[in-house]
Amino acid sequence: MSALAAPAEPLPGGAEQAAAAVVARRGAMLRRLPGKARVGAVILGLFILVAIIGPWIAPYDPSATIPSQALPTAPSASHLLGTTATGQDVLSQLLVGTRSTVVLGLLTGLIATLLSVVIGTSAGFLGGLSDEGLSLLANVFLILPALPLLVVILGYLPNTGELPTAIVLSALGWPWGARVIRAQTLSLRGRDFVAAARESGESNWRIIFFEILPNEIGLIAASFVGTVLYAILTSVALAFLGVSDLSTWSYGTMLYWAQSSNAVQLGAWWWYGPPGVFAALLGMSLVLLNFGLDELGNPRLRTAGPRKISRRSWRPADPTPVIRDDVVTMGDHRKDVPA
Amino acid sequence: MWFITRRLTFYVVAAWVAITVNFAIPRVMPGNAVNTMLAKFPQLQPSSLRALEAQFGTHAHGSLLSQYFTYLGNVLHGDLGVSVNQYPSKVTTVLAQTLPWTLILVGTATIISFVLGTLLGILAAWRRGGVLDRIMPGFTFLQATPYFFLALVVIQVFAVSWGLFPFGQGYSLGLSPGWNWSFISSAAYHSVLPAFTIVITSMAGWMLQMRNVMITTIAEDYVLVAQAKGLPTRRVMMTYAARNAILPNLAGFALSLGFVVAGALVMEIVFSYPGVGLTLYNAVTSDDFPMLQGIFLVISLSVLLACLIADIVYFFADPRTRTRGAD
Repeated sequence: MSALAAPAEPLPGGAEQAAAAVVARRGAMLRRLPGKARVGAVILGLFILVAIIGPWIAPYDPSATIPSQALPTAPSASHLLGTTATGQDVLSQLLVGTRSTVVLGLLTGLIATLLSVVIGTSAGFLGGLSDEGLSLLANVFLILPALPLLVVILGYLPNTGELPTAIVLSALGWPWGARVIRAQTLSLRGRDFVAAARESGESNWRIIFFEILPNEIGLIAASFVGTVLYAILTSVALAFLGVSDLSTWSYGTMLYWAQSSNAVQLGAWWWYGPPGVFAALLGMSLVLLNFGLDELGNPRLRTAGPRKISRRSWRPADPTPVIRDDVVTMGDHRKDVPA
Repeated sequence: MWFITRRLTFYVVAAWVAITVNFAIPRVMPGNAVNTMLAKFPQLQPSSLRALEAQFGTHAHGSLLSQYFTYLGNVLHGDLGVSVNQYPSKVTTVLAQTLPWTLILVGTATIISFVLGTLLGILAAWRRGGVLDRIMPGFTFLQATPYFFLALVVIQVFAVSWGLFPFGQGYSLGLSPGWNWSFISSAAYHSVLPAFTIVITSMAGWMLQMRNVMITTIAEDYVLVAQAKGLPTRRVMMTYAARNAILPNLAGFALSLGFVVAGALVMEIVFSYPGVGLTLYNAVTSDDFPMLQGIFLVISLSVLLACLIADIVYFFADPRTRTRGAD
């Protein structure tokens, strides 16, 4: 942080103050988040809440069947989202299944981001042969076709629970982030503050952790969010293909059972609809969050409506208007400018 | 030149890794092609069993290293072995039958999606804050939707409820593939729904990237100069701004063409489309290792080929890559 903070701040006694300043700054950042990102963050928060409390508020056991039933029943007062063909409650499956879907996504995001940060910063900072080697590794992993490879690997793993799946997904998901982080590290490495840190005798690892990484937080967050999205979409697709632990409930396994019991042909929209819509909402919250992170880093991307300047609608794409600016309101100056 | 040498090294290493992974998969995985054959044809004689072992390369004699070199030699000669599932068809024969389906359908859909998405991205950036720019987050909803779910909904609406389009298979039953009008029109008719789902799910990505790069380009001075000179808007938009902004999209496009074969997996399963993806899926579920290896090799090598094309296009389209090798 030392490079970012004002030079007067980092006194040994001012640690608490600095920490308070960081918390305050973080709060301000949340409020400053662009609208899209705020919507995304709220939706994601709701999903995490459901992931935590879902299994407790589920009205039925998601696997409990009604023996006499052979057809899915439409939503009713006792089953708010209807039932499956065997009488399982769809709402309960959804509430319980959110947990494993969210956990798998976050777990994969965590492992893959950790890998991409370690590899990206080492490659970018160390340079030379280690950079060549690590970049080559990332590029090779990048061209391996992920989904077919995952189907093959997970198809033969004896245990396809959350952790093994998350590890395999991370193993194929890290190179995207690693490339971006490497490029940023490469550019930061040449900055003055890094040179200053090196001159003052800081070790390589200290420079990476305390000088370079804090400047890449936005990038790392974006890569984390992107990886979580990839993990959720891929795991849902894998479960749909039947390459997953089908005895647990997740959006993917719900869709798998719906598809294999011909829910679409039976017109049971309440069965295949909710897991698909929930997965899409979860995915969209992540996309919106990434939009916001992008805009935070690059203010030019923010959507701004055309501004009215002097009775003429002006778009950012138009040439800089050589007309009176709303800020300039000094008396005589106005006459000199053609309106 | 340093740049070209480095890229070539990368392709050689990547191809070698792909082939080696391919070699390793059936040797690491439980299950074995000969046992699968035995389960299918229990009356096999021991002598024909040994012949099969030799053919499938399992329990082969000699060390792992010599097996590896035999495999490398076979791959270089275009010999990918014999399919277990469709015995005694060669893997290359099966691939030759299924690859065109995937290439034509998904390739066309990818091109349509790229052109449409890029154009919409240009417009969204140019008329910033306009209607298109504001509804763009809506497109990302389609992108974030699990693909097969969208496909199921599309099938439900267009094929089941309204009965506008057929679904399942690549052409009507009773027709035999050939260069005649009834077959081609039937195949085209069957491919409308799959192509539509691919286009709407992948378009948003192109659009977003094009918009974001384009917005940065629009702010450049040369665009301003072009406008100040009084050039027509369309010329400034297309020839000045978009032409420079399209580079990242172009690189992404070449890469995505490589993933055409791989990305078709889920689509072909949902639509039971007779392409490579469905063949791969069937190979996995029936332990057809030679087939699996063959498809995998084709996918990896096609991605590599696309990367190489992307590199070459980029090399000619962006003069900066030619000087970057120096530093």
